[in-house]
Amino acid sequence: MPEKDVILHVEDLKMHFPIKRGVIQRTVGYVHAVDGITFDIYRGETLGLVGESGCGKTTAGRTILQLYKPTAGQIVFEGKDLVKLKNEEMRQIRRKIQMIFQDPYASLNPRMTVEEIISEPLLVHNIENGKEIHDHVRSLLELVGLNPAYVDRYPHEFSGGQRQRIGVARSLALKPDLIVCDEPISALDVSIQAQVVNLLEDLQKEFGLTYLFIAHDLSMVRHISTRVIVMYLGVFVEMADRKTLYENPMHPYSIALLSAVPIPDPKVEEKRKRIILEGDVPSPINPPSGCRFRTRCPLAQAICAEERPEWKEVEPGHYVACHFWYNTKSLQRR
Amino acid sequence: MAELYSIKDLETQFHTREGTVHAVNGVSLSLQEGETLGIVGESGCGKSVSMLSTLRLIPQPPGEIVAGEAIFQGRDLLKLSREELRHVRGAQIGFVFQDPMTSFNPVHTIGKQLMEPLEIHLGMNKKQAWDRAIEMLKMVRIPNPEDRLKDYPHQFSGGMRQRAMIAMALSCSPQVLIADEPTTALDVTIQAQIMDLVLSLRKELGMSIIWITHDLGVVAGIADRVIVMYAGYIVEEARVKDLYAKPEHPYTLGLLRSLPRLDMDEKKRLASIEGVPPVLFKKPKFCPFASRCSFRIEKCLDENPSLMLVGENHKAACWVDTYTGKER
Repeated sequence: MPEKDVILHVEDLKMHFPIKRGVIQRTVGYVHAVDGITFDIYRGETLGLVGESGCGKTTAGRTILQLYKPTAGQIVFEGKDLVKLKNEEMRQIRRKIQMIFQDPYASLNPRMTVEEIISEPLLVHNIENGKEIHDHVRSLLELVGLNPAYVDRYPHEFSGGQRQRIGVARSLALKPDLIVCDEPISALDVSIQAQVVNLLEDLQKEFGLTYLFIAHDLSMVRHISTRVIVMYLGVFVEMADRKTLYENPMHPYSIALLSAVPIPDPKVEEKRKRIILEGDVPSPINPPSGCRFRTRCPLAQAICAEERPEWKEVEPGHYVACHFWYNTKSLQRR
Repeated sequence: MAELYSIKDLETQFHTREGTVHAVNGVSLSLQEGETLGIVGESGCGKSVSMLSTLRLIPQPPGEIVAGEAIFQGRDLLKLSREELRHVRGAQIGFVFQDPMTSFNPVHTIGKQLMEPLEIHLGMNKKQAWDRAIEMLKMVRIPNPEDRLKDYPHQFSGGMRQRAMIAMALSCSPQVLIADEPTTALDVTIQAQIMDLVLSLRKELGMSIIWITHDLGVVAGIADRVIVMYAGYIVEEARVKDLYAKPEHPYTLGLLRSLPRLDMDEKKRLASIEGVPPVLFKKPKFCPFASRCSFRIEKCLDENPSLMLVGENHKAACWVDTYTGKER
């Protein structure tokens, strides 16, 4: 296998949001949205980041783009730590890292035409002007499968899937290397989801893009990803290449999560055993001590409350954060 | 099995500023005793509106139930007086709504809201209703029910609110439970809890269920029989195994092919259905799926197919046999 080219390195990233109360807005606590995550993204891959609502996956994506100022940690892109960059330097980097947002209804300004929306990044970065922009916008629209004649229309004239295509065109305008896709298809209907996923895959092939694909739909993540990370309550619990994670998950949470996803085949569903996790995800304001998952884990022991499990490479490229990673096979009943 | 509930030729329209939207266009179905019927379709296909219409739960205006019958225990629900209908809704037919965040009243405690139907429909006094409410919360596996009854909805998590909603819907022991996307707003591990709960309650209480969803995975795990809707029409109806093993309508086929599978390591391109579902301002003269259909023949643009028998207990509304590509 050729040497892997790391496009982005994240080191012990933390994002704690203060909770303020009272007249003088005293800080009374923190939401530990992201609490120490370390990973690499390789050039040309699609790294899937999955987890349930509130696990911090969206915050992680936004923090990488410095949309939030992280509490601690490093984000290294092209040899520079983005956390330490001045605003102007960061602005230059943003040309290379773009984002596609979840909600195609809220992420496009309703008062701007399609041309204004897609050309805004070009104007902000002062890259092209006049006629060039005009032609560029049209070619971008064609690229994402929209009729270039639609440039003067407003977002409300489009369906959800078409709007998401506009968001994709905007993110491509600056020819980025890395695109953070934050749940790009979860607001769309089933028959439209496949259209947008196919588009993202085609664009990746054509331009050699790298994706961080944040989602909660585990079936779609299996389809689109090269490697997958499972996140729970602000921390990573498992990371592996796609096939390994889905066929040989080792963390009890990954195993339970995968068993809970319904499969569209009654013959398979009939035979499957679901692992029903008790209770809800605890609050990230006071996360459980030791292992974050211990309050719902069917295998939890005393040590799980005392020590935070190590993020351990149990086989090449396969990381698990569990004290009993070698002993979770008993949970895997298909 | 006896027929418990049936809908005949239901038509619902919404009169909007842009024009009249034909949301439900002649839906007929029947629910057998003890069965779980899944209704699948994408947003706007009329799956929720058709069920809400039969209990007259859509706002009129702008909605209007133009035609049809909803027969329950020999009576047409669409012709009952408000008072009579009130005794059916909540008492004999329970309803679980999609959004557990907004379907409770935020200013009353969970207990008060759980007791209300018991006092109204079953004539219980406060004490009896309180005890029964505790029992119901226990049944849906909410810990410390005595304390939780005093909580307000915002103190419950999403999964717990949906459990409480199910408890409320089942509190008067209805014969039919209609669940409208009950797990759509929930995380997948919580969805598994709710599905597990409903399946075991069905066994315990022996009720019939209509489960409305857009998720073909959920239906595969929970339904005995499935109805697929598109643009206000039923396009396919079959036993659950037949539908997945041998889908007959191109739309069903397309949906199943466009879904990646969790249990399969395939990297091939997803087969997407091009285009978007139509908004019907007029009743179509031809098949509403024709513009997106890869099996289209000339007849599809001339005449709208009605449901026809294509196999044992299997109906589809399509002129084309998708397995031979020829006209039926």
